[in-house]
Amino acid sequence: MKRAGFANYWLPILLLLPQLTIIAVFFYWPAFNAVQSSFYLQDPFGFGSQFVGFENYSDLFASKEYAKVARFTLLFTLLVTATSLATALLLAVKADKVLRGARTYKTLLMWVYAVAPPVAGLMGVMLFDQNIGSVTDLFAWFGYDYRLGVNYWDTAFAMIIVSVWIQIPVNFIFFLSGLQSIPQHVREAAMIDNPSGFGRFWQITFPLLAPTAFFLLIINITYALFDTFGIIDTLVKNNPASNPMTLVYKVFVDGFRGNDMGGSSAQSVVLMVLVLALTIFQFRLLERRIHYT
Amino acid sequence: MANVSVKNIRKTYPNGTEAVMPCNFDIADGELVVLVGPSGCGKSTLLRMVAGLEDITDGELQIGDRVVNDLDPAERDIAMVFQNYALYPHMSVYKNMAYGLKNRGTSKNDIDQKVREASAMLNLDDYLDRRPSQLSGGQRQRVAMGRAIVRDPALFLFDEPLSNLDAKLRNQMRIEIRNLQRRLGVTAMYVTHDQVEAMTMADRIFVLNAGRIEQVGTPSEIYRTPASTFVASFMGAPPMNLLPATYNGNGSVHLNGETSLAVGAPKDHKGDIQLGIRPEEVKLATGKSATPFKLELIEELGASRLLHGKLAGHDFTVNAPNNDAPLADDLMLDIPSDALHMFDHETGKRL
Repeated sequence: MKRAGFANYWLPILLLLPQLTIIAVFFYWPAFNAVQSSFYLQDPFGFGSQFVGFENYSDLFASKEYAKVARFTLLFTLLVTATSLATALLLAVKADKVLRGARTYKTLLMWVYAVAPPVAGLMGVMLFDQNIGSVTDLFAWFGYDYRLGVNYWDTAFAMIIVSVWIQIPVNFIFFLSGLQSIPQHVREAAMIDNPSGFGRFWQITFPLLAPTAFFLLIINITYALFDTFGIIDTLVKNNPASNPMTLVYKVFVDGFRGNDMGGSSAQSVVLMVLVLALTIFQFRLLERRIHYT
Repeated sequence: MANVSVKNIRKTYPNGTEAVMPCNFDIADGELVVLVGPSGCGKSTLLRMVAGLEDITDGELQIGDRVVNDLDPAERDIAMVFQNYALYPHMSVYKNMAYGLKNRGTSKNDIDQKVREASAMLNLDDYLDRRPSQLSGGQRQRVAMGRAIVRDPALFLFDEPLSNLDAKLRNQMRIEIRNLQRRLGVTAMYVTHDQVEAMTMADRIFVLNAGRIEQVGTPSEIYRTPASTFVASFMGAPPMNLLPATYNGNGSVHLNGETSLAVGAPKDHKGDIQLGIRPEEVKLATGKSATPFKLELIEELGASRLLHGKLAGHDFTVNAPNNDAPLADDLMLDIPSDALHMFDHETGKRL
């Protein structure tokens, strides 16, 4: 086999340099800094720092507050992932059956994707607001006193709903294209073999959709863990103390509000390890993903 | 096993296109009927209407003694073999075949017995645990057949099942399908655009054109007495020669001023006609009474050769036995009077 190669040894390195620079400046350098400062106790006002070894980590794992945030993050991730995937799948299955006006329907479902997370958070604040929120009014109508930003679970509810809402369009697009790539004749063969539409969905359609679903599962977990920062920030900005937050948001709160740079760095290192594990898991499984055709 | 009865069935799409014009036919128990026609003639639509994959706009469809118009495909007691096999890619060969039975509540033992019987019949025993993607085209087609057989349906529907196979395999599968259908005695409807498949497999052929059934008949009826110029030119390879001519009403056809041919049985018609002559019913001759033919091109087919040229100024093809004799450019043809097919000049209908 003939391989195309570069005659000059330095040329490929030169071509890669811009990318390598960007990765170095925006990832390796901060990551190295984070690891380094996680071993130090820093003076909040910048007057030097003291090496403390693994103390930041042991404090972290002993902290009840941290455990509580971790538990909430887990619950939040599970709920956001499951709800947004299930809703998107339902919408995609229905949209797939629409023949007339399919384009309009799809566009209507997709435009939400264009809304930036902080804007979505702001819309959430408006909807769930104590005084002007229409969702609050709805709850009041049912006799429930909904208090965003005051009641822990009320805030959590708003966070989950807004995060799910924003994520549905992406999932919808992927599910729909996955559904449309299932050959028509396979579905027809199933119609002849199985009288039950429900059975056909779970035994034929869904298994053929599994690669898409698995890919989306990983994407959604990553989203719920990390990309919901903007939404959470808008919803709990003024009083994070009594409100739920995720691990990522806690890094920000402890580091930049609490000025505990060492502890915050230790938290980001923990998250970094988590992301690494998730990435390895994803690649291992995606590589083994079954290609049916 | 059952007969099929179709009364005034038609298919109109919302945009007004008439895919299948009202048609009537009956298929006897155990008969294999081939629907043949060019693409877009409505043959697949008709088959899919029988399967229940396409709504029936009007008319009545009966399979066995049940009217099945409003039944779901799964309730019509049919099995269908698709052009692209339509196997379930995530299931093993065994599960592909068992799926339809499982959904009908057949017991595990019965399923196993039927699947094993079918796989033995189709030489699939070694492949039962494989996925469809690990099989060759011919094997996939067999699995699709197996899936249809195990169900023991009242009616088999074949939608161009051999189109995706190469020529050699197609010939082999053609015989296999025919044998299997005979042995099982299941009524079958078979759609194809390949006239050789239609001729070789059918008990009866339905020739379709532009949503209409042009002719129904046994292969030899279709070949010997085509009902129209469309059927004449569609069935038979190479196709029948069609020439404009005039008929004088008393026994001879004039191709142009000087060339005339004698007709066997006189027809009650006078004037312009379309004259059809099969390439293989014409012989090379030497006599004075023969018709002159100007040879332009020879196609060697091995056992025979096709001579393309001009007869009375019109394109004409002769299928002559191959005796390796060199041929001159100017030949004489012996055209027997019973080889002449006469069609109406305007409508193309047989006279």
